[in-house]
Amino acid sequence: MRRVDIEPHPKPSRDRQGAVHPCRMLALVLVLSASSFSQDSRQSDRGREIYQKWCTPCHGNGLGRPGTAAAAAHGQKPAVLESRTDLSPKMIETAVRQGPNFMPRFRKTEISNADLAAIEAYLVRQ
Amino acid sequence: MPNLPPGVSRKDFQDAIAQFQTVVGKDWIFTSDEDVELYRDSYSPFWHEPEDPVPSAAVAPDSVEHVQQIVRIAGRYKIPLWTVSTGKNLAYGGSAPRLSGSVLLDLKRMNRILEVNDRNHYALVEPGVSYFDLYRYTQEKGLNVFIDAPDPGWGSPVGNTLDRGGGHTPLRDHFSTLCGLEVVLANGDVVRTGMGALPNARTWQQYKYGFGPYVDGIFTQSNFGIVTKMGVWLLPMPEMRFVGTVAVPKHDDLIPMVDTLSYLMNSNIVQGTTRVNSPVTAQARDPEVVALRAKPGGATIPDLEDYVRRKNLPYWSIDLPFYGPTEVVPAQWAFAKRKFSAIPGVQFRDGATNQLPPSQEDLAKVANPVPLGVPSLAIFSALGPNSHGHIDVSPITPMTGQAVFEVMEVFDKVLREMGIDNVGVVPAGTYYPRSFFFLFTFQIEHDVDKNRKMRAAFRRLVQVGAEHGWGEYRTHLAFMDDVAQTYSFNNHALLRLHETLKDALDPNGILSPGKSGIWPKQMRKARA
Repeated sequence: MRRVDIEPHPKPSRDRQGAVHPCRMLALVLVLSASSFSQDSRQSDRGREIYQKWCTPCHGNGLGRPGTAAAAAHGQKPAVLESRTDLSPKMIETAVRQGPNFMPRFRKTEISNADLAAIEAYLVRQ
Repeated sequence: MPNLPPGVSRKDFQDAIAQFQTVVGKDWIFTSDEDVELYRDSYSPFWHEPEDPVPSAAVAPDSVEHVQQIVRIAGRYKIPLWTVSTGKNLAYGGSAPRLSGSVLLDLKRMNRILEVNDRNHYALVEPGVSYFDLYRYTQEKGLNVFIDAPDPGWGSPVGNTLDRGGGHTPLRDHFSTLCGLEVVLANGDVVRTGMGALPNARTWQQYKYGFGPYVDGIFTQSNFGIVTKMGVWLLPMPEMRFVGTVAVPKHDDLIPMVDTLSYLMNSNIVQGTTRVNSPVTAQARDPEVVALRAKPGGATIPDLEDYVRRKNLPYWSIDLPFYGPTEVVPAQWAFAKRKFSAIPGVQFRDGATNQLPPSQEDLAKVANPVPLGVPSLAIFSALGPNSHGHIDVSPITPMTGQAVFEVMEVFDKVLREMGIDNVGVVPAGTYYPRSFFFLFTFQIEHDVDKNRKMRAAFRRLVQVGAEHGWGEYRTHLAFMDDVAQTYSFNNHALLRLHETLKDALDPNGILSPGKSGIWPKQMRKARA
């Protein structure tokens, strides 16, 4: 699951005049965070769909996945990209736009910057 | 700073780019170094060399009307356009142009599946549709069709068919499945071929020929027009696929073995791609075979026959693929065995049986599902984990045992003389009817000296092959001129015809200059 940073104990205001009550502050933070969570979740869901279309044929689980097989041969554990927790958006962008080893570059008519951001959101979700 | 098209001023280039942008919108014109870099050939044999072709820009239309407007603008400014469909023609140039400075016409956005008919088994697609896309579509709609994909599924039916690629199943000769084109000519005119020329055509994807000269072939491996729609025949879903293996013990058994294979293939009994296998070719890695081949004078045939006999191996084997009804396939296999039984010592083995369409459970057990009608990228595993890609010398030869002996001997000799020992070989494949197809695979390196040596070997094999009457079926951008020059009967009469067509159809020379060795008049070098 995506980790959401919600401040657990909002600080009380300096004075009561015009200050936001801590409970109301918490509610506001939760609403904003929930909205952010929802957006992140949608982005991640979209990223999963794009990932499945463009990346799974090579990096998925099972036989006949050359990206996964190459990662395993290089000692990468886990070899399936979706199971990794060490990926950064920069690493993903570099791979997609530069193509390590036999992976080709992907053009923006294939994977747009917005699609790439969604893939990144999906792969770095944990 | 863009790499300008040859002979085009910066002002004209900028004006053309601005006009392209008015056609496609600012999001679909690419001029930054970062974006243009994405169009380089990922499997380029010119890594780190100035010859590595780079476009000046890329433009991505969304419709045939966009393409018409773009070619008219390009014609006005004499801007060369290099067209790609999905741009994944790796090993043949990917999304890079032949001519550095060309503007890439990237058709990936034109990705509509216009029709899939499972009563008469055909599809009408745009160039940006990949085999994966077409497969997903047929699955989602539950259509009774079977797709013959080339090894990598991210290519497009349009691009692969126009490059005359091959697959693995009964419809593996992709050009033979083409039925009807829509083409934008260099002047912006739109032509529909075959029955598509008939207004309100009802059989554009059912009858190939229409009336008058049949022109579809001139838009394949060519630069005479831009294909914006293509009809492709599909197969009704067969009930099953079965593979039976036939194995023979002696070197010379290959001659009757291939004659029998040829009979079965030309009779449409064996209906898929297969190849001739042997454990004792020059690519064998068993130390004993390596030692035998390394001895002075090389291994003799009795040496190798003795080796396979002691190891209880066949000298040659062929896996025979059968597709069809469950009642028919076993009968086909029985007939094939009867025909091969004329060879003394022949052995047979039943191989994989798959019901079609394959279940998810079956697919999970298959390393490469392409022969089962499921597009995949599994083939890239064959390159090894450290590969940077490959290019292939791929001559077409007669379908005879003698041709196999001769090709292996001649090419092995060249490679040995040139000190090349890391070439992968697919011997005697049956991607196309009535002929064999060899594949000599060179790995791409990110090392200038190694690539230079590899390119020299590549060119030598092309030349030696041609001297023996074996021509390349298709090639990488870097070798298109070399291959075109080998088809030289009657003082290059075929190339001169291609050039006549080029000059008539594209007088400004804007469409894919250099494709298949066909250059516009103003760029044509005097032939020796």
